[in-house]
Amino acid sequence: MTARIDARFKALREEGRAGLVTFTTAGDPDYDTSLAVVQALPQAGADLIEIGVPFTDPMADGPAIQAAGQRALKAGQTLKKTLALVESFRKSDAATPIILMGYYNPIYVYGVDRFLRDAKAAGVDGLIVVDLPPEEDEELCLPALKAGLAFIRLATPTTDDKRLPTVLQNTGGFVYYVSITGITGSAIPDTAKVIAAVSRIKHHTKLPIAVGFGVKTAEHARAIAEGADAVVVGSALVEAVRTSLDPQGRATAETIKAVTDLVASLASGVRAARRVAAE
Amino acid sequence: MKPAPNSLRLGPDERGHFGIYGGRFVAETLMPLILDLERAYEEAKQDPAFAAEMRDLQAHYAGRPSPLYFAERLTEHLRGAKIYLKREELNHTGSHKINNVLGQILLARRMGKKRIIAETGAGQHGVATATACARFGLECVVYMGAVDVERQKPNVFRMNLLGAKVVPVQSGSRTLKDAMNEALRDWVTNVENTFYCIGTVAGPHPYPAMVRDFQSIIGIETREQMQAAEGRLPDSLVACIGGGSNAMGLFHPFLDDPSIEIYGVEAAGHGIKTGQHAASIAGGRPGVLHGNRTYLLMDDNGQIKDAHSISAGLDYPGIGPEHAWLNDMGRVKFLSATDDEALQAFQLLCTLEGIIPALEPAHALAKVIELAPQKPNDHLMVVNLSGRGDKDIFTVADHLGGMK
Repeated sequence: MTARIDARFKALREEGRAGLVTFTTAGDPDYDTSLAVVQALPQAGADLIEIGVPFTDPMADGPAIQAAGQRALKAGQTLKKTLALVESFRKSDAATPIILMGYYNPIYVYGVDRFLRDAKAAGVDGLIVVDLPPEEDEELCLPALKAGLAFIRLATPTTDDKRLPTVLQNTGGFVYYVSITGITGSAIPDTAKVIAAVSRIKHHTKLPIAVGFGVKTAEHARAIAEGADAVVVGSALVEAVRTSLDPQGRATAETIKAVTDLVASLASGVRAARRVAAE
Repeated sequence: MKPAPNSLRLGPDERGHFGIYGGRFVAETLMPLILDLERAYEEAKQDPAFAAEMRDLQAHYAGRPSPLYFAERLTEHLRGAKIYLKREELNHTGSHKINNVLGQILLARRMGKKRIIAETGAGQHGVATATACARFGLECVVYMGAVDVERQKPNVFRMNLLGAKVVPVQSGSRTLKDAMNEALRDWVTNVENTFYCIGTVAGPHPYPAMVRDFQSIIGIETREQMQAAEGRLPDSLVACIGGGSNAMGLFHPFLDDPSIEIYGVEAAGHGIKTGQHAASIAGGRPGVLHGNRTYLLMDDNGQIKDAHSISAGLDYPGIGPEHAWLNDMGRVKFLSATDDEALQAFQLLCTLEGIIPALEPAHALAKVIELAPQKPNDHLMVVNLSGRGDKDIFTVADHLGGMK
């Protein structure tokens, strides 16, 4: 069941616009602040929320998200606390889809069955697990589908037409197109190439396509939103958290506003996009 | 030596699993490359020209076969097993690492890749990779933890002389695991032209099997050399284990000889009980990192812990997946040696045999010191002397100074 995700994309289609997906790291710079940030996101303009699950060795992430994870771990963030954060968020918001994004080891150690049960109960809608390609579907993807959680797969510039069906099989909710070959927050994607890639993937699936990695400004977001169903922004938001912190790395009165201001700006970019015939 | 149907040498399965270990836990961007690599390696294995080129480079460039040397004075000193050293430290570049690198670089050439990246801990794999890249005119970038850059300076200088770019890695614990993270980040960014030359029997399939195959020359030669020297096979094998490539290279050709005892020696650092060690089997549990499932050092929340060892080459919180499986099968017995034990063994070999070992195989020697006296005089024990100790003399001098 990907009810919340499906409903949100249906509403976006009806509004005739692309969605904004935000990524922030759970526990960055501390549990309470990160919860307050997540609670403020829908009002600021986030349509779907990705919550990063901190891991010591985030192989696909650039310096910004690496540092956010380190801050969160230092503040004592765990997978259990991340699920508690989602549960708290759900008390005041029953509609905004929540997707957990991270790496497999913390989930594997937590126990796959226990994790799926607790995630579902907390109000998680989907999972993005960077180091679980289709070749390892038995680990978590298939059990997640059985438990009623969407398993959102990354498609990348190296995923050719021959491989796309493999990647799309068992994918639910939406497809996350990684706009560059690289790590999060590094290169700026070539918009024309991204839009061409999105339309290529559209030939293989009816699922909505979100585009992320490297989107930093309202203008980037607008350009990408002209061809995609949603735009994902992560590194720029965790950088907004970082630059708001005091010299000891603690949250300040500016922290939440720093994130929500940027989200509002990105949302205006997404909403300003003149949408090409994306269907 | 065709393996029998119940052989322990048949792994991994077609998806890269050794029992529950191994696999391909990588980002989608890398997956098509890993499948390409697997295909290219399978083709190369079938190609007599590839084997011929390997044999030629091994003989004339790396200096193989490496000797199997009877350590007479060490044997007399320990008053037990007859100890043989497999002299991998005499290879070109000073360790077993060249065996694997030559194979992977030939494969990279077959695949048309012009840029080679590698991670390195002690710098031995980095030096071997830089060497082979110089030999074949390939661009070479080596990721090395900033802590290791500091404690293995001679190797950093060597890599620079060989034309490689050494990138000090500042993230995480700034040692081997972080170097591997950074190499993976480079690979995911430069997929088009880059070949990732992994230095040990770990990472996503097909690396653990491929690196093992390239290192198996160690065990294959040992079988022949021991037959020539003693007219029979050895009774026991001992090797140090970080990721475990020198150990797997020695062990693999003997896995189906059940009478042969096999010992892998992990780095116990300051002692297993202190938590400051690099012994994934003794102090870790199964988890997923760097493309494979294996024993890892981690906390209860699945966060990877920093390893500690005096030896930069063993300072890694994981172990190759085939070792993890062989441990669970009970075929290989895993022991561990502390920093101090390794230092003592290091000095013993220097003075008794006139051989300065690297700190990595000094861990294996430390357990030989314990094991050999318990064995009869006709027990044949082979130790893999996987690297020479020139790179370690400053580290050793620091520690011995401190012990006075």
